[in-house]
Amino acid sequence: MIDRPGQEAIPREGLLWMYERMSLIREFEERLKWLVETGVPAGPVHYCTGQEAVAVGVCAALEAGDWIASTHRGHGHCIAKGADVRRMMAELYGKSSGTNRGKGGSMHITDASLGMLGVNPIVGMGVTHAVGAGLSSKVRQSKQVAAAFFGDGASSQGAVHEAMNLAAIWKLPVVFVCENNGYADATPVEYAVAVNNIADRAAAYNMPGLSVDGQDVLAVWSAADAAVRHARAGEGPSLVECKTYRYYGHHQGDDPHRYRTVEEENAARERDCIQRLRRWATTKKLISADELDAIETKNRALLDDAVRFAEQSPLPDPSELLTDVYVAEP
Amino acid sequence: MSTGARLAIRELTFSQALNEAIRLEMRRDPAVIVMGEDIAGAAGRAHLGMVDAWGGALRATRGLITEFGPQRVLDTPISEMGFVGAAVGAAMTGLRPIVEVMFVDLVGCCYDQLMNQAAKMHYMTGGQVRMPLVVRMAYGTRGGKPQTYGGGAGAQHSQTLYSVLAHIPGLKVVVPSTAYNAKGLMISAIRDDGPVIVMEHKFLGAAAKGNVPEEPYTVPIGHSEIVRRGSDLTLCGIGRMSHVCLEAAQELEASGISAEVVDVLTLAPLDENTILESVRRTHRIVVVDEDTPTASMARDIAARVAEQAFDWLDAPVKTVNAPETPVPFAAVLEAQYVPTAERVLDAVHELIG
Repeated sequence: MIDRPGQEAIPREGLLWMYERMSLIREFEERLKWLVETGVPAGPVHYCTGQEAVAVGVCAALEAGDWIASTHRGHGHCIAKGADVRRMMAELYGKSSGTNRGKGGSMHITDASLGMLGVNPIVGMGVTHAVGAGLSSKVRQSKQVAAAFFGDGASSQGAVHEAMNLAAIWKLPVVFVCENNGYADATPVEYAVAVNNIADRAAAYNMPGLSVDGQDVLAVWSAADAAVRHARAGEGPSLVECKTYRYYGHHQGDDPHRYRTVEEENAARERDCIQRLRRWATTKKLISADELDAIETKNRALLDDAVRFAEQSPLPDPSELLTDVYVAEP
Repeated sequence: MSTGARLAIRELTFSQALNEAIRLEMRRDPAVIVMGEDIAGAAGRAHLGMVDAWGGALRATRGLITEFGPQRVLDTPISEMGFVGAAVGAAMTGLRPIVEVMFVDLVGCCYDQLMNQAAKMHYMTGGQVRMPLVVRMAYGTRGGKPQTYGGGAGAQHSQTLYSVLAHIPGLKVVVPSTAYNAKGLMISAIRDDGPVIVMEHKFLGAAAKGNVPEEPYTVPIGHSEIVRRGSDLTLCGIGRMSHVCLEAAQELEASGISAEVVDVLTLAPLDENTILESVRRTHRIVVVDEDTPTASMARDIAARVAEQAFDWLDAPVKTVNAPETPVPFAAVLEAQYVPTAERVLDAVHELIG
């Protein structure tokens, strides 16, 4: 982790929050993986283990009233935006106490009260929704900012390009966050994308584009913070590309060793975003190892509680099948 | 109105009635915005005095930019997936967008935003997200009587296609047929907190004229209307086809056959009770639909009648659709494509003999 001007200005509470959220995402995904592998029928799940710094670095730059649009690999975005892991886990168990009352599942897990614009597994489509939220902010003069997470795979989707053009011509307060984890399902980014840095595509839409180390939460935060300030000041959209890595396969059933090497994975794990923040903060004596250990202990307890809550919650009533098809009068 | 003042009832075209509905709702609610390709036209050229060069494909949004300004009347690039998606996002965050997708033929460019996003967001978030979105689409041929109306927009600019929207749970689909119900259904659509598709027939846009009260009023979504009473059979029409049914009913009257006409008005959720109730009185039905037959609304309605009113039927259910072909260009071919009163009469005579 490289020191850069301004980082010392992050309050200690901010660093603790980043560590706490990244560690909670990691704990959530690891616990979920164990549950799925021992037979909990959570449907298709796309673990974001390894990518925690992107979700947390970006959400650290946002205010509570700001929006995020998320992807099929969205558990980390939810937690970074403040979602309750008990209700998230209940959703994955298909329980009525879930964030979506058991009607969404992993690929739609959403808490709209936190400014989540939904989680979108139709790759790239959620990016347009963030642009719509930015339009809403501009029309209503509410000064809210919308951040759109999307992968390197989505960067080839027409919707993303249309969204970028609209945000640029209307100067909307949108931050496009590309989580480049190197793979779209099993297809490597260097095969599917014509540019070396996806951030270079920002030039085509006349907006700032920056490529950063997505395994460095402070680098992500720093770039996102600048982009959010730019957006909130009415200067229009930006594109922040975060180069990151997905530790596991595309989904729970995917064996990534059919298309990448163990050596590559080990090299990525050496740059683990949580361990790097720990080393940096303890070396700088900003936070003690004991404090960080205590955070991890607390997060394990939160997940114990979340699993218990999910297991003990009731299933949806069968009548729920037919509710909320149409939007009723308020 | 509590003032007791008499408000004028004027004759407006279908498009003028839509325009008035949108204008009144924009005055009432600052959250209502309008977006689409050339809904004003010449955006960014205000200095040339051309801020309203088009006013939309059917001219239904003409004059809105001069009253409400470019913040609320947004010309878009040719980017249906992008701007319908942006409207979905705006609808989730406090606006009530009305989007014009010029022609239903362009639905393929933005179908995911309607089929996977707008339609499902409320359900799959467990009711958290509301989606007050209106999507307007022109449909149909201008033809049918080529010597009178021209037409000839060909296979990719003349389709009907509403069945691919009505098929999706969560989308409401309305098909107004007169200036009066166009205004009322549009106001209902704008005030609805869920996504509503408003299908506007290209021919009716300028040709359907009728008396329209000045004040705002609603025509309820999800209700069909019996527009002519009859006792011998039911003709059930959608959009422009309800006019074709009325034309056929008039001719049948001359030969002593009393036809009831049901104007479907909303395809989803379908008011099947009005149709079933009519059939249970008349014992015969012909459903007339400008769409191609396979998986069409006509066959859907026919299946519902067969399932739920079989014991009341004195003859098989008949459907009249466009043929199973793309829409042809040549006027003589296009005229054969669109169902006409003559084809409806042929179907009736098969039932009645």
